[in-house]
Amino acid sequence: MRIFFGFLSGLVFGIGLVISGMANPAKVLNFLDVFGAWDPSLAFVMGGASLTAFVGYRLAWRQERPALLPTFDIPTASDIDGKLLTGAAVFGIGWGIGGFCPGPAWTALTIAAPGTLIFVPMMLIGIFIGRRLRSSPFATRSA
Amino acid sequence: MLPITQTDFTPWASLGGGILIGLSTVMVMALFGRVTGIIGITAGAANADDRGWRIAFIAGLIAAPLLWLVATGAMPQQAVSDNLPGMAIAGLMVGLGTALGSGCTSGHGICGLARLSARSLVAVITFMVFAAGTVFVLRHVIGGAV
Repeated sequence: MRIFFGFLSGLVFGIGLVISGMANPAKVLNFLDVFGAWDPSLAFVMGGASLTAFVGYRLAWRQERPALLPTFDIPTASDIDGKLLTGAAVFGIGWGIGGFCPGPAWTALTIAAPGTLIFVPMMLIGIFIGRRLRSSPFATRSA
Repeated sequence: MLPITQTDFTPWASLGGGILIGLSTVMVMALFGRVTGIIGITAGAANADDRGWRIAFIAGLIAAPLLWLVATGAMPQQAVSDNLPGMAIAGLMVGLGTALGSGCTSGHGICGLARLSARSLVAVITFMVFAAGTVFVLRHVIGGAV
């Protein structure tokens, strides 16, 4: 059940990325190019997705527990620290260079453009390094 | 960096696709009680106790263009830069930044905003400003040199 619904959720997410244009780096980069070839379409993706989630989350939270797991596990961190800001800035620069954020990069794997085939493994290495950095004493101290 | 090509303004397709993405995050919340942060799911697929559904979720993401192919007869339209060193650096920064900042476009953007998290709002504004700034520099200051 978990595997089936996990797959189905990913499939719906991926189809949403494709239909919305979010899976096409050309469209993402034009969305970010406010002073050039600006294409504001992706604001509608963010708007549609977060409004749907805003309403849907509140319905989902009426359940005592999620349908397939024993407990809800929702992020509780509220601190705005150096790690959050540095991480978001580094992510933003990478997003601006490649036009891929993590979801669309996975989806694009199937189309197998050479740029994607190098992007995804490097992203996985980046996640590994980033998670080590996040828990390192240096990052904690500087935050 | 890709050569600059105009793309069509597609508010309805983008809104529709956005609603589908939102529905997926609601499914994950209702079924698994988790936010749909792609980076969190990816990291969790490697080491979480209940990794099965996360691996299946990523498999679903990867399978989506195939469903699109079956439904429409063509692969989704896409233009990816073939500057391989540039894409390698981009991938590394996206992975590193989202892991360090605990979230990406979906985790902070969609799910965080839906939870009305101030922390996520700050993250979204930060990565948007840096992403737009990067595109500005690459396209209009350096001008396609990268």
